[in-house]
Amino acid sequence: MKRYLPFVIVAVVAAVAIGIGTTLYRAKRPQTLTIPKKQGSSTTESGEIHALGPADAKVTLEEFGDFQCPPCGRLSEPINQIQHDYSRQLRFIFRNFPLINHLHAREAACAAEAAGLQGRFWQMHDVLYREQAVWSNSADVRALFSAYAGYIGLNTERFKLDMESEKVKERVAADQKQGLSIGVKNTPTLFLNNKEIDPKNLNPTDLRAAIDGALKSSKPSS
Amino acid sequence: MAKPNTNTELTRRSRIPTILHTIAALICLVGLAEATYLTVMSLTGETAVCGGSTSCFEVLGSKYAKIAGIPVAGLGAVAYFSAFSFATFAAFGYRRARLLFALTIGAMFLATLWFLFVQAFLLHAFCRYCLFSAAMIFLLAGVVVSQPATD
Repeated sequence: MKRYLPFVIVAVVAAVAIGIGTTLYRAKRPQTLTIPKKQGSSTTESGEIHALGPADAKVTLEEFGDFQCPPCGRLSEPINQIQHDYSRQLRFIFRNFPLINHLHAREAACAAEAAGLQGRFWQMHDVLYREQAVWSNSADVRALFSAYAGYIGLNTERFKLDMESEKVKERVAADQKQGLSIGVKNTPTLFLNNKEIDPKNLNPTDLRAAIDGALKSSKPSS
Repeated sequence: MAKPNTNTELTRRSRIPTILHTIAALICLVGLAEATYLTVMSLTGETAVCGGSTSCFEVLGSKYAKIAGIPVAGLGAVAYFSAFSFATFAAFGYRRARLLFALTIGAMFLATLWFLFVQAFLLHAFCRYCLFSAAMIFLLAGVVVSQPATD
């Protein structure tokens, strides 16, 4: 019997490891999320949403993003390019979803919203993603955000006050609350016509293919 | 003063490899559990929670965390399981398993040095899971080195 014992031990460990791994994978596997129609409106609890492209576009791409999340940063420029290329047919919506493990993500979201109060949300959005590696590791992010505000032509004094305002904080919280209510856990989470895009397809090529597919399928009804 | 019992001494010595390989097998189990967990995290894309650490996110989300699309953690799990198997067989007296165990740990040790280099000099961020795994590998390397040069 002792002769077979090591084989038994190794087989049992293999079975247990595979079993636990499979169970864990099933438990953590991302479910395909959908945005209920009543939440897919053009407003949020605290005001107008941040959207590029016509409101009646055939395809809506909606992102729950975190300005300190590296994958969101890598996806930012390709999405800008896609929005540019499909400008008349695509609406892109951005919602804040700052993750707690990103030290400055909430402040960055507030900076973008504060810029939005002066009509420059998208400019700040682009700067924050472009300079992500710089401010993410900075000890004084607020000084950098103020510098970015000056760079994109904002009134920096007003920007600093707005960043601290309850209105801005509530706006960020409302976006996050909306994301949580539909099951968003990670960033970036993108929805194409209210249906979550598989995280594996969050690259420029697959995004374009998904948008093309959505445009094709929307043609018969239009 | 009484002479030491030579037979007892020999028996004690012959048990050392068994004890060391049993300890190594247990360490491998800990490493296997961690590597399995990280593999699942990588496959489900759940790097964002990552123990609440930004550095961990930067490491596990980097291009170095995958080789040809396969998560490094998955390769680590396979390596830990192989090392566990060889350690188990070695503990039961299979001589060839001792050599295979030492070779596997040698390869894992070199891989660990590479990943420590990547974290320190290329990513400038350390992942606590990776450091824990590195500690496991160093312990296993210690077990290999402390084996009596036998027989």
